[in-house]
Amino acid sequence: MKEIRKVISVIVINEDGVLSRIAGLFAGRGYNIESLTVAPIPESNFSRFTIVTKGSERVLEQITKQLHKLIPTYKVIESQDVVEKEMALVKIPLDTNMSGLDAILKGYNGIVANATEDSLILMGVDDADRISNFLKIIKKFNPTEIVRGGSVSMEK
Amino acid sequence: MKMSGSQMVIEALHKENVKVAFGYPGGAIMNVYDEIYKDKSFKHILTRHEQAAVHAADGYARASGEVGVAIVTSGPGFTNAVTGIATAYTDSIPMVIISGQVPITMIGTDAFQEIDAVGISRPCTKHNYLVKDIKDLPAIIKEAFFIARSGRPGPVHVDIPKDITAQTGLFEYPKEIHLKTYKPHYKGNSRQIHKALEAIAKSKKPILYLGGGLISAGATDLIRQFAKMTGIPAVETLMARGAMGHENPLLLGMVGMHGNYASNMAMSEADLMIALGPRFDDRVTGRLDEFAKHAKIIHVDIDPSSIGKIVDVDYPIVGDLKNVLESMVDLAKEKIDPDKYESWRGLLSRYNEIHPLKYNDDTKNIKPQWVIQRVGEILGDGAVISTDVGQHQMWTAQFYPFSFPRQFVTSGGLGTMGFGFPAALGVAEYAKDKVSINFTGDGSILMNIQELMTAVEQKLPVINIILNNNFLGMVRQWQTFFYDKRYAETDLSMQPDFVMLAKSFGGEGYRVETKEEFDIALKEAIKSSVPVMIDVKVDRFENVLPMVPAGGTLYNMMLEFKENS
Repeated sequence: MKEIRKVISVIVINEDGVLSRIAGLFAGRGYNIESLTVAPIPESNFSRFTIVTKGSERVLEQITKQLHKLIPTYKVIESQDVVEKEMALVKIPLDTNMSGLDAILKGYNGIVANATEDSLILMGVDDADRISNFLKIIKKFNPTEIVRGGSVSMEK
Repeated sequence: MKMSGSQMVIEALHKENVKVAFGYPGGAIMNVYDEIYKDKSFKHILTRHEQAAVHAADGYARASGEVGVAIVTSGPGFTNAVTGIATAYTDSIPMVIISGQVPITMIGTDAFQEIDAVGISRPCTKHNYLVKDIKDLPAIIKEAFFIARSGRPGPVHVDIPKDITAQTGLFEYPKEIHLKTYKPHYKGNSRQIHKALEAIAKSKKPILYLGGGLISAGATDLIRQFAKMTGIPAVETLMARGAMGHENPLLLGMVGMHGNYASNMAMSEADLMIALGPRFDDRVTGRLDEFAKHAKIIHVDIDPSSIGKIVDVDYPIVGDLKNVLESMVDLAKEKIDPDKYESWRGLLSRYNEIHPLKYNDDTKNIKPQWVIQRVGEILGDGAVISTDVGQHQMWTAQFYPFSFPRQFVTSGGLGTMGFGFPAALGVAEYAKDKVSINFTGDGSILMNIQELMTAVEQKLPVINIILNNNFLGMVRQWQTFFYDKRYAETDLSMQPDFVMLAKSFGGEGYRVETKEEFDIALKEAIKSSVPVMIDVKVDRFENVLPMVPAGGTLYNMMLEFKENS
């Protein structure tokens, strides 16, 4: 069956063990997690999970239903009409040829987030697939470390 | 009112109208047991193993429809309980399991008898709680009962650290619970129900596929009514036995791996499947791409995740079966003509004539199926039947004449050997006006044999009927069929003397080798006030048939086993 990528946001009560309920659900039922980000929703007792997953249509439907079935789950947002963004941090050594770096950073809403005597930390913020691209291109600067943040999304 | 955490537990159980709890004390739960000692207003039954405590509470819940309660200590007390919890979870049985935990200050230090109990119970409970503040305790217990019995029922686990049960706090028990995040959907969508009824009216070969959800919803009167007024034949899953009643002319029998021929053919040839509270278990469906190939599917279930999980559904209806069936009965009055399905019923009854459920009785050896039929003849609806897991379980499901819901108590989904006897204790505690029979095997019975002591002490006269073939029979059957008779570790010829064993606990025992002896033993057993073991020597190599081999198709049943040599 065809595998589809899907971004699911889950609003849950921010209480002990809720991360493990969700992670355990995915692990126990053999669902994929491509990325998972979680943070409390300001001025509420809820947290928001953004989960990027992959699966057949039936599996994706089950994921949504099983997430909903968890007692602390308030809402499962599966709309794909969302803005999805991801951040990545990349450390590159300063002894590399830097030509073209500016243009690349500009293309991916990037900045130099930190500089030391021997390395730079670059930050890019963009759509998830564009971040993948960014990380591919940035390879020519010989990165020593890459950190992807995982997707966050918001309904339009 | 101010009281200790352990008093709160007891007080909450009162408020929930708990009549009996099953359990086993230990270090971390001692404060609660100290209150149980002082308070005599509900009964506590001490089992001899935590697993049995949970099974007994489960049996009580299955027989009564009420929430079963089990109390255990931390660490090994809890881990022993896990099999019981998982058994209840798989079969959607309402239960509350209270476990002790090491004091909060010691959690995470690998303290004596510490285990991450909520971490372990998370995948096998409907919900669980670790109580971290005494002020939350009353509301948590209230929620636990509410969640256990509402929606799709299930076990809820409450883990309480020892310092919480020792502290004092204010006991305010909420009258009602409103959870923002948990709102089971009881009322079926009426447009969907209308559409479903239209599909039924249009169908030529409809079949009612009845699952355990009908029993937990208390909707068996309604399904009998609906079937009668529409003339639609029905099949029952293992968990739905008793829903229609064995004398019901519309009941074809049990469906699935060991279902009867007509039931499985009905599923395969139907043009419309009306699935009421089943979960399309692999033991029912067989090979999925051949399952109900010609049928549109209506699926009614209170749990949305159950719908569309295994097969695509044409008419999904999320709702409580009682509620939905009431509407269906109303609509059926005008929409459905029962005469329409006459030829379909005729075809199915011909299937039943060609291949009825049968066994070859023998004058020399007692056949296990005969024992079950015989008990049915003698006790019928005067007994509540529990089983362990294996061949005897399937024969019981096939041959006992079940006539009312909750008459059959069996571990369906998880298939837990050792379930039957402790579950029968719960049954016997609840159904005092019925005989409690546990059909078991010589393998299963040894998995909770220590409960003889509980049964004797509590005067629960459970009759264990061991269909003894000196084999781990179901596995032996598969080895015969699929492993060229390589009987790896299934020969259980090395056995205790079950008669002496029962007597050593203060029970009664009978060894039976003929039908006459069986009748005498059963008669004596029914009169007995102590638990009984009837050790019935049965044909060693009897197989459960018919059979759909795992992954096979429902319409291609193995009706008899032919030696290929």
